[in-house]
Amino acid sequence: MTVAGLDQIFVTLKDILVAHTPAPLQTIVGILITIVPIIVIFPALFAVTTILERKGLGRIQNRYGPNRVGPWGILQPMADAVKSLTKEDLVPRAADQVVHYLAPLVLVGASFLGFAVLPIGRNMTAVNLDAGVLFFFAIGAGTELAVFMAGWSSRNKYSLLGAMRAIAQMISYEIPLILSSIAVVMIAGTLSPTLIVERQAAFSHGLAHWNLFTPWGLAGFILFMIAGTAETNRSPFDLPEGESEIIAGYFIEYSGFKFALFFLAEYLEMFAVSGLGITLFLGGWSSPVSFLAWIPSWAWFFTKLLALIVGFIWIRGTMPRLRMDQLMNFAWKFMLPMTLVVIVSAGIWRFLPVSFGGSAALGGMVRWLVCALVIVVPYVIFARMLGRGNHIEKRVYRFAE
Amino acid sequence: MLGEGILQGLMETARNFFGSYIEKDRLTTVQYPEERFELPEASRNFPFLLYDGTDPDAGLRCVSCQICEKECPPRCIHIEKSKDKKPDFVGKQQFYPAVFDIDVSVCMSCQICVEVCPFDAIRMDKVFELSTGDRFGGLLWDKHELSKSNEYYRQIHPVEAAETDERRTKEKADAQAKAIAAAAAAAAKAAAAAAAPPSDASSNGAAHPNPSKPVTQ
Amino acid sequence: MSENLLEIDPIAGQGEIMEISMGPHHPSTHGVFRMDVRLEGEQVVRLKPVFGYLHRNHEKIAEHGAYLSAIPYTDRLDYLCSMTNNWGYVLAVEKLAGLAVPERAEYIRVIVAELTRFQNHAGLVGFLLQDMGASGTPLMYAFREREKVLDLFESLSGARMMCNYMRFGGVRVDCTAAWLDDVRRLLPALPKFVDEFENLLRSNEILMARTQGTGVLSRELAINAGVTGPMLRAAGVNYDIRKVDNYGIYDRFDFRIPLGDHGDVYDRYMMRILEMRETVKILEQALRDIPEGPIMDPKVRLRGLRPKAGEAYGRIESPKGELGFFLISDGSTNPYRYRVRPPSMINLTILEDMCLGQNIADVVVTLGSVDIVLGEVDR
Repeated sequence: MTVAGLDQIFVTLKDILVAHTPAPLQTIVGILITIVPIIVIFPALFAVTTILERKGLGRIQNRYGPNRVGPWGILQPMADAVKSLTKEDLVPRAADQVVHYLAPLVLVGASFLGFAVLPIGRNMTAVNLDAGVLFFFAIGAGTELAVFMAGWSSRNKYSLLGAMRAIAQMISYEIPLILSSIAVVMIAGTLSPTLIVERQAAFSHGLAHWNLFTPWGLAGFILFMIAGTAETNRSPFDLPEGESEIIAGYFIEYSGFKFALFFLAEYLEMFAVSGLGITLFLGGWSSPVSFLAWIPSWAWFFTKLLALIVGFIWIRGTMPRLRMDQLMNFAWKFMLPMTLVVIVSAGIWRFLPVSFGGSAALGGMVRWLVCALVIVVPYVIFARMLGRGNHIEKRVYRFAE
Repeated sequence: MLGEGILQGLMETARNFFGSYIEKDRLTTVQYPEERFELPEASRNFPFLLYDGTDPDAGLRCVSCQICEKECPPRCIHIEKSKDKKPDFVGKQQFYPAVFDIDVSVCMSCQICVEVCPFDAIRMDKVFELSTGDRFGGLLWDKHELSKSNEYYRQIHPVEAAETDERRTKEKADAQAKAIAAAAAAAAKAAAAAAAPPSDASSNGAAHPNPSKPVTQ
Repeated sequence: MSENLLEIDPIAGQGEIMEISMGPHHPSTHGVFRMDVRLEGEQVVRLKPVFGYLHRNHEKIAEHGAYLSAIPYTDRLDYLCSMTNNWGYVLAVEKLAGLAVPERAEYIRVIVAELTRFQNHAGLVGFLLQDMGASGTPLMYAFREREKVLDLFESLSGARMMCNYMRFGGVRVDCTAAWLDDVRRLLPALPKFVDEFENLLRSNEILMARTQGTGVLSRELAINAGVTGPMLRAAGVNYDIRKVDNYGIYDRFDFRIPLGDHGDVYDRYMMRILEMRETVKILEQALRDIPEGPIMDPKVRLRGLRPKAGEAYGRIESPKGELGFFLISDGSTNPYRYRVRPPSMINLTILEDMCLGQNIADVVVTLGSVDIVLGEVDR
């Protein structure tokens, strides 16, 4: 089993299986073999993530997470699944029955569709679309629709509030999300995720050409992940499901399995957005250094995915929630200008000469410095403006005489 | 700078995360049924009646004075005095409770009954694993369920028990000394009365020794 | 969908106004407390607090029984701070009956009262962050410190929260030298914990953005509404009953009163953090100076206390504000009238004025900063 063989093991398996089916069925079987692993693996990853999250949050809070079901609690997702399947499915009498029923299905469906264009390994993209990035963002809008369907159909003021907040938030954060990926598309010259990853898989001086290793890529990645957190309603942007204020917001009237579906959809979106971030900025399935390139590509993809999930959990355990108007301020007054600056910086990166006075290394450093400056200076300016807008001040307290 | 506080917060949580694996005192969870937490000596939960020796009926310290019943704030104690008497630890004849019920579902563990009892008869127990399926009858404890021996008291509250025992032995010793002195005085009186010519006892003005008080050991 | 099944259509109300009841079942209302909030979009135009869900007839029960039997019930008023509740009541009865308290008992009272203040403020700051969505991480840290204080209370009085510790003319049991050493051993850890929380409040931008400028209470309104405690001091009024009345032996301790300037939620939290520091100072001094001696006057009767006819008002600076007990005695064993001045309820009356014009998310944060405990609000 060579390194390349291990890398392509799933592709070879699929080819073998398809070759052994009769000719008229080959396309269908090929499609099924592509889709079924996605539908199996990512919910399994969801189950692992729930237990990781609960135990991780527990350790951050200096307590054990769940540790009764199975050794170290790893069978907890089983218990959760049994619980959510056996709970009574309550639907409010005044609710819009059809929409109420469809909302979680639309949400889960839209979340699954996002995985179709992600290159999970070398030659392992489910659907090799030329406009894959565009497709991903178009599907993202479907999730917003489903959230609103859930909130509206429940006929409950809390859920309506939650849905309104969710829509405002998701629409506002779509723009920085898309704009930060525009920089990558500009540099790569293509909308196809497969090609974007391949452009990043080349090595020079042992280091890969990940977009993360460029100043605009770093800033773009951070902005992309912040916008992605907001898109999927994760803490600190979980105001729509603001647990302590409007108690579960738009899915307040869902119980049992439908609630589990909302939960599933939230995590799937998280994976999908992380997956796209990995594809655009972290080099997809490529390894960062050339001497680790023997590790299979799909292993790299899942490692990076796990790292980003840990990042999500870490941030959730640390930060309180932003208020609605502060959220909006942050999106429109800070993230949007910053993403435009990132695009400018990416443009400068593209058109600045790589050699400076004949030396390639010096040229590279100058290019890095210039692009970094183009990002850092506006960051400081925008941060100051945002702080002043929020009226944050350091206060000194006096004592009575 | 924007983001600085957030990064500090992230460092703090990371420190706590790794610290919970390394430092023992970060993770203060006691995994309940397997590990137990030792209660401090003064800890109190519900009351119980004390008896000396091994017989819960003969050694019961309670003399049914009903002070605890009166002072109990939620009125959860119900006492009915007996008709006959039995001797207490110094030998004096006292009433005892025919019925002593405490409704534990009402009791608020305030421990006022313990404070006001003049006979060291009721003390606070520490047991808290008292779940029962019977909501009304199971939480209404009668005299037998409430009686526990002084040995048990010494185990759960050693310092308090030592103090109480010391005081009671002193009381008993004093009572015995008094009884011996009284018996000696009575004997001396009787000897003096027998030796002296019989005269009008009432003109003497001397107190008659009480013949019905038995001298017990 | 059949038209008959439609009750009040929540969407097509009066124009844009939506009426929400942040009902008694709510994770952030600090107890069974209801707020009828009328919202225009996300802004509050009217807020009506509805309480009484935890009313337990405390005053009537206390009038029905002897003076001694009211003490365990006072534990359950502000159930997080049972020691200071006891002290307020005992102070009122001591005024009524003219009882003196020995030195050692006074020192012990100060020590347990300041420990109570510390654990209350620690829990409160933890709850603030929990309400703001930090998913419980700071809350767990705060509760770890609180557990240490509660363990101390258990080894002293027998119960963690419902201590029933103070008596008329002293305290119930004496503290041992071992217990005082335990407190001394705990003390160095407390300032470290306060530092951690202060760092969190001072540097986390999200926290600062959410709490600065929300729930502003002006000086005049605070004084007019009878608000007391850290809320009043955050509005800039220098009024701490420990300094004003000098009850107990507080005049012997050197501590400062922090004051705020803006009266918003951030100021109130910083008040509590600074008070935690002052508390540690008082504890150090008390532990240094505590004398040996009796803890209660032996002549004081435990049962059957019959104060002379008259009235007395005993008040203390509880962690929530001014906790007062007004007693009228008619010479018998039961009080004729027993009235509690609950600081949480009085502070709560001003909630609407603080919340008008703010977002609904701010309502929760503002309510958290008022620091109510429903046991006290409803008695």
